[in-house]
Amino acid sequence: MVTSHTDAFVESARRVDAVVTPTTVDEFAGTLEDVVTEPAVGTPLPFEGVTYDGTAVDGAPTGAALAEAATGVTAAAAAIADYGSVVLQETGAGEELLGLYPDRHVVVVAASDVVPDMPAAFEALDGQFDAGRRDAILATGPSATADMGAVVKGVHGPREVQILLLEDR
Amino acid sequence: MSDSRRQKAARIRSLLETEGDAVFENTTTFNDGRYESVEKLDDYEGLKARARAIKEDAIANLPDLVEAVTETVEANGGTVYLAEDEADAQRYIAEVVEDRDADSVVKSKSMTSEEIEINDHLQSRGVDVWETDLGEFVLQVADEAPSHIVAPAIHRSRENIAELFDAHFDTDAPLETAEDLTEFAREYLAERIKDADVGMTGANFVTADTGTIALVTSEGNARKSVATTDTHVAVAGVEKVVPSLGDLQPFVELIGRSGTGQDITAYVSLLTPPVGTPVPDFDDDETPLAEAGPDRDYHLVLIDNGRMAMRDDDDLRETLYCIRCSACANSCANFQHVGGHAFGGETYSGGIATGWEAGVHGEDSAAEFNDLCTGCSRCVNQCPVEIDIPWINTVVRDRINRGADPDTFDFLVEGLTPDEEPAGLDVQKRFFGNFETAAKLGSATAPLSNWVMDAGPVRSALERFVGVDSRRDLPTFERETFREWFATRGPRVDPADAAREVVLYPDVYTNYVSTARGKAAVRALEALDVHVTVPAVGESGRAPLSQGMVSTAGEKASRVYGALAEHVDAGRDVVVVEPSDLAMFAREYERLLPERSHERLAEQSYEVMEYVYGLLENGGDPDALATGNEAVAYHSHCQQRTLGLAAHTVAVLEQLGHDVVTSDVECCGMAGSFGYKQEYYDLSMDVGDELATQFTTDETRDRTVVASGTSCLEQLDSLLQRVPTHPVELVAPR
Ligand code: SF4
Repeated sequence: MVTSHTDAFVESARRVDAVVTPTTVDEFAGTLEDVVTEPAVGTPLPFEGVTYDGTAVDGAPTGAALAEAATGVTAAAAAIADYGSVVLQETGAGEELLGLYPDRHVVVVAASDVVPDMPAAFEALDGQFDAGRRDAILATGPSATADMGAVVKGVHGPREVQILLLEDR
Repeated sequence: MSDSRRQKAARIRSLLETEGDAVFENTTTFNDGRYESVEKLDDYEGLKARARAIKEDAIANLPDLVEAVTETVEANGGTVYLAEDEADAQRYIAEVVEDRDADSVVKSKSMTSEEIEINDHLQSRGVDVWETDLGEFVLQVADEAPSHIVAPAIHRSRENIAELFDAHFDTDAPLETAEDLTEFAREYLAERIKDADVGMTGANFVTADTGTIALVTSEGNARKSVATTDTHVAVAGVEKVVPSLGDLQPFVELIGRSGTGQDITAYVSLLTPPVGTPVPDFDDDETPLAEAGPDRDYHLVLIDNGRMAMRDDDDLRETLYCIRCSACANSCANFQHVGGHAFGGETYSGGIATGWEAGVHGEDSAAEFNDLCTGCSRCVNQCPVEIDIPWINTVVRDRINRGADPDTFDFLVEGLTPDEEPAGLDVQKRFFGNFETAAKLGSATAPLSNWVMDAGPVRSALERFVGVDSRRDLPTFERETFREWFATRGPRVDPADAAREVVLYPDVYTNYVSTARGKAAVRALEALDVHVTVPAVGESGRAPLSQGMVSTAGEKASRVYGALAEHVDAGRDVVVVEPSDLAMFAREYERLLPERSHERLAEQSYEVMEYVYGLLENGGDPDALATGNEAVAYHSHCQQRTLGLAAHTVAVLEQLGHDVVTSDVECCGMAGSFGYKQEYYDLSMDVGDELATQFTTDETRDRTVVASGTSCLEQLDSLLQRVPTHPVELVAPR
């Protein structure tokens, strides 16, 4: 299901230097192949019918594999249209690490999980925190610093953020 | 006395030269970003009001919240330690590090941990401590203190950092670009993070209901320090606790915009430690991360260090609402020019730093830089939690005044000091705080007084004993005061025929120095059928207030209200020529007068051009005023802008046919007595340069210069070849 907020989300994400690529369950493997750089590692994706089968992504990486990875693939619990942000959550599979260490972070988000604004995002978060999911990162574009005299992308976190928007979820 | 002034002036001059440009560029970029970013919000004012309300409640209920968060964090599997002061916090954190057998700690930027000087403490015990925020890392390498609460190394340029790294590290190739430098620091710190046993962070907010900490960052270093190490120590002032997760929403929307002008920073991390992230072993190529398990230890160190006492202090309490966004610093003209190494204390810098330093380190630390707040009030509307920052600065100044020892020069100003202040008060402050007395005397003895004041011996004595810079022209007093002129001339519109009745407030400058603007105000108002009276009423209290002489200001406020009460009761409007006096009635009198008195006066007071605007809007005949087609360059007064009154002047001038260009600099750099003071003269001129530049472009060079405030007029007069004038002089019929 495509909500009316997705267009706004795509536009805001572009402004913060995140690239959004629409996809579907059927096209997922192909779309993913286009945006990963190998070696790539991923954490389990909670969308029915969406797996790493047929892709180069290592779906159960070790610490050593993470250290080598050029791309980390993780799912997002939600996205915020006004800000172009994605809401990243840890399930114990290492999402936080995969979203930080590799140079490229590929985020998979369902279009139906795009909320319009920050109040809506907090409403959703409240429910999830009540249900025990208690770490969330509102991530907006790649990591950045201006401390060295000019804005540089990719500091302690990824240089590039690719968002795959699953439109039939 | 004069030696310490000279030293201060020299230090300011040297910072202006070495750090001023970098600070200016960065703070003004942040500032412009903020204007643009808050513009995009549907309800900026509403959001600020909610943020403030949350903080007000949280601080009111702080003991309960601290208890609640302790229970929550412990139920989550962490430990909470309430540290009384710096030493207590240091001791506890060192114990945690020792228990963990850790020989290295990685830190994410945190002013609270700067406050407790934890790095030095741990290092003295043989523990390596690494700052992972790139700005903090630069400072660590340079062995320097932060110069800004959000962007600690803004006073250093790229070239400067490149030289520093070059001297310190053995790099393969010279690091030149910002990319090179970032890449180097990233790699270097990545190793430190992997090797560290303990990750230390601050917390922008802590929620009592879930035990969540919010970390607002852009680089990802806080996340990395927490996720990679298995022991997390979060250090936060007790004031950071808010009731619930939902309370974070307005702050998340405001903090990045207020600080660096970003809609949101790259990462807002809402972590509920111990976090669920598996602890990574980068050498392990057997065990999937998912099986590594989050075996983690978490300590939340909540620091009092004077904060609970601030909570009991009616004037300092608001400081605890501060979310450390830095908007007050970025919007401050003086800070923009000199930066936090002059405008700061032991830890905190910028507008609100006076409150923080007075609260956590004591008044001596605040005294170092407190006078750099000129009370211009530019920061007031910029603060996302609506703190009256200038008031905190004034109160602390008063306390510093009261703590001062009596000194030997008291005899010089005896008789010139009809004030309520202690004997030890600085002579310079006492002189400027009692300007009304000097003005009365000066006017009564003019023109002789003007000649005398201008003469060499008097100027050098003034400089020597009072610290009045001899490069600054002194005001010239008029023999006939504005009130005397009006008393002789009398009103020219009969109350019976008048559209409105006005009492025109004769501020000190209008009365004794710039009588022309008072006369022009009378003519303009009368041309629009207003019955004008000029009552016998004294100084508003602005002069003593800006010297921190609060009780003298209070005394003056009561007298002013006493003199105006009957007019206010009779429904007459009070019209004020000098914007800083109007600001006094509208803002500061709230603190100095009974609520009812303040409200009535504030409601019935208007700035003169605002009033003219209102008269024209209500059918006043613009042809009765002086119309013309002059090209005008207008500088509005800072306090007038805070009150939202700048647009009226422009509208009136344009309606009367003038072509108006407006300055967009934050401030003229004068702010009352500030530019007269020897130690601040250079800074005042440096700030003024911005305005001078705007008014000497091809487009503005030949325009008539118009300004609303006395201090702005004086500053413009010394900066430009053209003589500036008050806008009312342009619109008054001859
Ligand atoms: S006082 Fe207000 S503007 Fe200044 S840092 Fe604190 S919250 Fe920001």
